[in-house]
Amino acid sequence: MSAVSAGEIRVGLAGAVVVALAACLPLVDQGFYLSISVNIVLYAALCTAWTLFSGPTHYVSLATAAFFGVGTYSVALWIDQLPFPALVAGGALAGAALAGVVGVATLRLSGVYFVIFTLGLAELVRQIVTWAQAKFTTRVGLYVFTDFTEKHIYWMLLALAVAVFLAGWLINRSRLGFAMRIIGNDETVARHVGIDTARAKILLFMVSGAFIAIAGAISAPRYGYIQPPSAFNPMISFLVVIMALLGGTSRLWGPLVGVVPFVIAMDLISARFPNHMPIVMGLAFLAIVYLLPHGVTGRLEQVWTRLRNRRALAVGAERTA
Amino acid sequence: MSGAALSVAGARKAFGGLIAVNDVSFDIGQGELVGLIGPNGSGKTTMLNLISGALRPSAGRISLAGIDISGKPAHAIARLGVARTFQLVRVLPSMSAIDNVIAGAAFGHMRLWGSEARQMAEALLERVGLGGRAAAPTASMTYIDQKRLELARALAGEPRLLLLDEWLAGLNPSELRLGIDLVRDLRAEGRTIVMVEHVMDAIRSLCDRCIVMSSGAKIADGAVAEVLSRREVVSAYLGDDDA
Ligand SMILES: Nc1ncnc2c1ncn2[C@@H]1O[C@H](COP(=O)(O)OP(=O)(O)OP(=O)(O)O)[C@@H](O)[C@H]1O
Ligand SMILES: [Mg+2]
Repeated sequence: MSAVSAGEIRVGLAGAVVVALAACLPLVDQGFYLSISVNIVLYAALCTAWTLFSGPTHYVSLATAAFFGVGTYSVALWIDQLPFPALVAGGALAGAALAGVVGVATLRLSGVYFVIFTLGLAELVRQIVTWAQAKFTTRVGLYVFTDFTEKHIYWMLLALAVAVFLAGWLINRSRLGFAMRIIGNDETVARHVGIDTARAKILLFMVSGAFIAIAGAISAPRYGYIQPPSAFNPMISFLVVIMALLGGTSRLWGPLVGVVPFVIAMDLISARFPNHMPIVMGLAFLAIVYLLPHGVTGRLEQVWTRLRNRRALAVGAERTA
Repeated sequence: MSGAALSVAGARKAFGGLIAVNDVSFDIGQGELVGLIGPNGSGKTTMLNLISGALRPSAGRISLAGIDISGKPAHAIARLGVARTFQLVRVLPSMSAIDNVIAGAAFGHMRLWGSEARQMAEALLERVGLGGRAAAPTASMTYIDQKRLELARALAGEPRLLLLDEWLAGLNPSELRLGIDLVRDLRAEGRTIVMVEHVMDAIRSLCDRCIVMSSGAKIADGAVAEVLSRREVVSAYLGDDDA
């Protein structure tokens, strides 16, 4: 919208330093820390991409697994025929196309129906893939053999996370981002100033779906053997929602604040109590909704404005005294 | 009458069994400021909603300078140059005053953006009496200031047709005088305006012509003084159940 401000340049430089440091991690450690960091950057990319759409619209999408799986399968199906970058691009297009179709069909629905539909969608796509595999091939799963090791995957996911952040920043500055803020404030006003609200939401859903599909595509070589239940695992959808809400969805970097501690905690818990993950997730979800309805960043902002108001009041009192 | 800025022919809106707008027809000429009046619940807001696209007409044809807009979505109508304010004021509470105004300029037929939009928004804030308050949070503004802001947002789209729904309601006498002057200025600029209003003094001093609705139907249309003295208009206002 306007020139880049000094504050934005500072944040950008700090971000670049953090990313540069993070990129050096595989040079130091290739074991535990790398593997947990892969999960952190994966969920950072997923949750930020999810928030691109769900943050401003307040539509809770449980379709993450569908987009992720579409990306994974785009790679798995043609890895022996086409170069990897082409498959990632194809996955992005497939994710965007799926999001577009779903958006046209559902974004006119109210919030609750949207949640249910997106949850059903992931399951539907999974069933279709399973059926198609049984019908047209004799195999249950697909092998993805590449020369990529954990550190390559890590770097690719890190680059993806950076791309998602950049995209989010650009969108926020664009007419589309401005339109989304207006829609979030008052959809009736949005329509009356000339915003095609359905189109704006669908566009954003497509961008979000494309990024999630790319994450799935990059993750394919990590799995090695792809089956519908793992590629379209609904757990991914729920985890993304929980982490994004934990961090807070009103800021671009909000989800990141949720992702880092949650992935680490999840790793510790699943190592010790491998069978209790669903319970832990359920409890985490309840705790977030009840205790932190606007996430950690939302709470921090509340505290910050309260402090500022108090200071302003104090200053005002001094003046009148 | 193809020269009309707005032409409404047989517009009708039913909510279930209730017919809120019943076969209403009228034309508004280019640069006219027309008052739309009538008792509470007579269908004035619904009529504006049909024009702005907030509601789809059940029947009838509404056209803007010859272009049929009946049944088009609100955003398409806004892009043709129709802007409005709302009876229950609607500001964008989490956005600053200037962003509220830019919202009106960025997506309409002007599509202003960047410094151009900022300059225009600042000038409009000045004009409606909110000069120097560009960064002010809007949720905590007073009622009158929110109304001013809403008008600035509507004007930001350089509307070819401006719809005001009781924009002067709830103002105290001195604010009312300022408000009337502001609308008079808009009219002097040659804007085409339809204003729904209960403040009769405002109608008398601003409009040459007014349209009267009662129970969804148009019951009078003509010069203000003449229309207001007609028997059916008086009895609609002072109706059976009124004092
Ligand atoms: N969305 C709606 N659904 C159902 N009925 C409605 C709706 N909008 C308006 N009505 C009804 O239509 C009739 C006309 O309402 P409208 O708001 O147009 O009146 P008005 O002339 O603007 O009144 P006021 O002067 O009180 O603002 C009323 O009986 C109202 O209850
Ligand atoms: Mg009304």
